[in-house]
Amino acid sequence: MRILLDNFTKKFDDVMVINNMNLEVRDGEMMALLGPSGCGKSTTLFSICEIYQCNGGRILFGDRDVSNVTSQHRNVGVVFQNYALYPHMSIFDNIAFPLMVKKMPAEQIKKEVHKIAELVHIGDLLERKPSQLSGGQQQRVALSRALVRKPDVLLLDEPLANLDAKLRLEMRSEIRRIQQETGITAVLVTHDQVEAMSMCDRIALMDHGKILQVTTPNDMYHNPQTDFVAGFLGNPPIAFLDGVITNGQIQLKDSAIQLPLPSRVPVQPDGKIVRLGVRPEYFGNQAGIELQGQVSFVETQGRENLYDIRLGNGAVLRSIQPVRADAGLGDSVSWPLDTEQILIFDDQGQRVA
Amino acid sequence: MSDKNSSNFKSWPVTLILGLFSVPLLVMYLYLFIDTFTNTAPGSLIPNELTFEHWRFLWETEPGTVSIWQVTLNTLIFASVMTLVILSVSLTAGYALSRLNMPFRRFFLAGVLTLHAFPTVTLVIALFIVLQFLGLYNTLIGVIFIKAALMLPFGIWVMKGFYDTVPWEIEMAGVQDGASRFMVWRLLVLPQIKPGLIALGVFSFLEGWSEYLMPQIFAPEADVQVLSVYLASLIADDQKFDFNLFKSIGLFYVLPVIVLYLVFQNKLMNIYGGGSKG
Ligand SMILES: Nc1ncnc2c1ncn2[C@@H]1O[C@H](COP(=O)(O)OP(=O)(O)OP(=O)(O)O)[C@@H](O)[C@H]1O
Ligand SMILES: [Mg+2]
Repeated sequence: MRILLDNFTKKFDDVMVINNMNLEVRDGEMMALLGPSGCGKSTTLFSICEIYQCNGGRILFGDRDVSNVTSQHRNVGVVFQNYALYPHMSIFDNIAFPLMVKKMPAEQIKKEVHKIAELVHIGDLLERKPSQLSGGQQQRVALSRALVRKPDVLLLDEPLANLDAKLRLEMRSEIRRIQQETGITAVLVTHDQVEAMSMCDRIALMDHGKILQVTTPNDMYHNPQTDFVAGFLGNPPIAFLDGVITNGQIQLKDSAIQLPLPSRVPVQPDGKIVRLGVRPEYFGNQAGIELQGQVSFVETQGRENLYDIRLGNGAVLRSIQPVRADAGLGDSVSWPLDTEQILIFDDQGQRVA
Repeated sequence: MSDKNSSNFKSWPVTLILGLFSVPLLVMYLYLFIDTFTNTAPGSLIPNELTFEHWRFLWETEPGTVSIWQVTLNTLIFASVMTLVILSVSLTAGYALSRLNMPFRRFFLAGVLTLHAFPTVTLVIALFIVLQFLGLYNTLIGVIFIKAALMLPFGIWVMKGFYDTVPWEIEMAGVQDGASRFMVWRLLVLPQIKPGLIALGVFSFLEGWSEYLMPQIFAPEADVQVLSVYLASLIADDQKFDFNLFKSIGLFYVLPVIVLYLVFQNKLMNIYGGGSKG
C-alpha cells in the first residue's frame, strides 16, 4: 500500500526535527531513508507507525488519512534495530503475539506462524527463547513477527546495524528477497549507502530533516542534485575541486590547469565559481586530460587499489584502478581525467550539470 | 560464593574465619532453640529435662490476655495487606515514573528519594494527630496505611529501577503488534519485572512482620496487637517473668521469617540488581 507524507512536520518540544516533508512511497516499493546520523530518519519512520505523533501535515496509507489513527489500528509491521524480541516468550509465541492479540483461533495461528517461519527460514527454531539465537536469527524472528499479520507497510529501522559484516551481506539479500516475495511496501532506514543502494528500489536522501533527492540508486549515483548527495553516495567517495569559469573553460583554483566543460553542459558565464565532482573511477583509467600529481596515499582493496593524488595546487583527487606497479607512495604520476564525467555544482552546492 | 568459580583461590581460610566469628551467634541460636524445649537447673548450662510447657501458649490462653493466634493473625494481616498496598502502588507509580512523560516527573522523582531518606520518628506526633482525627488510632488499618506510606518511596524507587531495565522498543513493538498499552504492560513488561516484584513483595512482608515501632505507637491495644508488640509487653510485665516462654514465642515469631528467607534468598538479591539502575 502506498505511503504518502504530505507536509509532514515533527517537533520535539521546541526543536523542529522535520519541517514540511513530502514523500511518496509507491505500492510494493522498498524505499530507503538514507542520511547522516541525527538527520531525522528514525523520527520519520516512527511517525509513520505513530510511535511519534506528527505535529503537522498528513500521513496517508493508500487513500486513507491515518494521521490520527493509533498505532494499534495502522496495521504496520516494524523491525527495530535491536529486534525488540520478547525475552520471556518462545520464538513461536513471539511470532504468534500479533495474531494472539487479534484473537485468532489457535489452529490458524499455528498455521500462519509456521508459514511465515518457513518463508524466513527459521522453521526449526520455534521452540527456543530469543536469548538462544544468534543475531542473524533474531533478526529473522523480528522480521517474521512484523510480517505475520500481513501489515500494509513494513518499516525497518537500521535492521542490519547490529550484525557482523558477513551476516549483514546475507541478511541484505534475505530482507530484499522476503520483501519481494511478499510484495509489501517497505521503508528502510539506514545510514549505510551500500545498504540503501543494494536493497532498495528508490532512495530518499535526507539531511537536517529535509529530503534532498528521491530517486533510484543508479540515478542518484550518476545524477546527484547537490554536492552533498554526490559526496554521500559512492565508496570510495567523490573528490571535489574548486574552479572558476574562464573563457568557457574551467580554470582550477590556484593553478594553471584548464579543463574543458563536459559537452552536455550549456555555456557558462565567465567568472562563475564552480565545484567539480570527480568520481575515483573516472580518474586514472580512461583517456582524457592528463593531470600531474603526487601519490599521497595508497590503500589496498584487494583486486583494486585506491590512490590519493595531490595536484600542484594542493587539491586531492582519488583514483581507483587495478593494482599497478608504477605508482608507489610519493611517486609523481600523470594520469588521465575523463572530463566528460565531471559533475559540476555551483557555489551553493546545486548541480549545474 | 559458589564452589564452581573459586578454583583460582582457596576458599577454606575465608570460610574458617567467618565460621569462627559466627560461632557465638550460632551458639546463641542453638540455646534459643534448646531452651524452648527444656528446663535447666539454675546455674547449670546443661538442660536436665525435656518439656513442652514453654510452648503451652499455643493451645492455652491465660485469662486477661489475647490468644497468640489472634495476635499472629493480626501480624499476618498487617504484613500482607501492607505488602499488597506497597506492591500495587509501586507497580503503577514506578511505571509512571519510568515511562510516562508526565508533568513534574523530575519533581516526583526527587520527592520520592527525599522521602525515602526521611527520618520516620520525626513524623510520629503529626501522624498520631492525623490518626486520632480520622478515628483510626488503635486500628490495624491505620497502622497499615502509615507503614505502607513510609515504605512506598523505597518500593516505588525499586520498581522504577526494574522498569528502567525493560527496553523501550519492546513496548513499542507490542503496541505495533496491535496490543493496547495495558496488554503490553501485563503481557510484555510485567513478566520481565517479576523478579523485582517478588523481591519487593518478600522484602515488604518481612519488613511488616518485624515492624515494632509503628504498631507499638499507633496500635498498642490488646486486640490489635501484632507479635512484636505482644512480645514486648511480655517483658514489660514484671509480675510473672518467664524467660523461656519469651524465647519460645520469639522462636515462633522468627520461624516464618527464616522459612521465607530460605525460600526466597536468591530472589531477594534481585532488589540490588534491578534497583541499582535509577
Ligand atoms: N525524543 C526526542 N526529544 C528531542 N529530540 C529528539 C528526540 N528524538 C530525536 N530527537 C532529535 O531529533 C533529531 C533526529 O533524530 P533521529 O533519531 O530521527 O535521527 P536519525 O536520523 O535516526 O539518526 P541515527 O542514524 O543516529 O539513528 C536528532 O537531532 C535528535 O537529537
Ligand atoms: Mg535512528
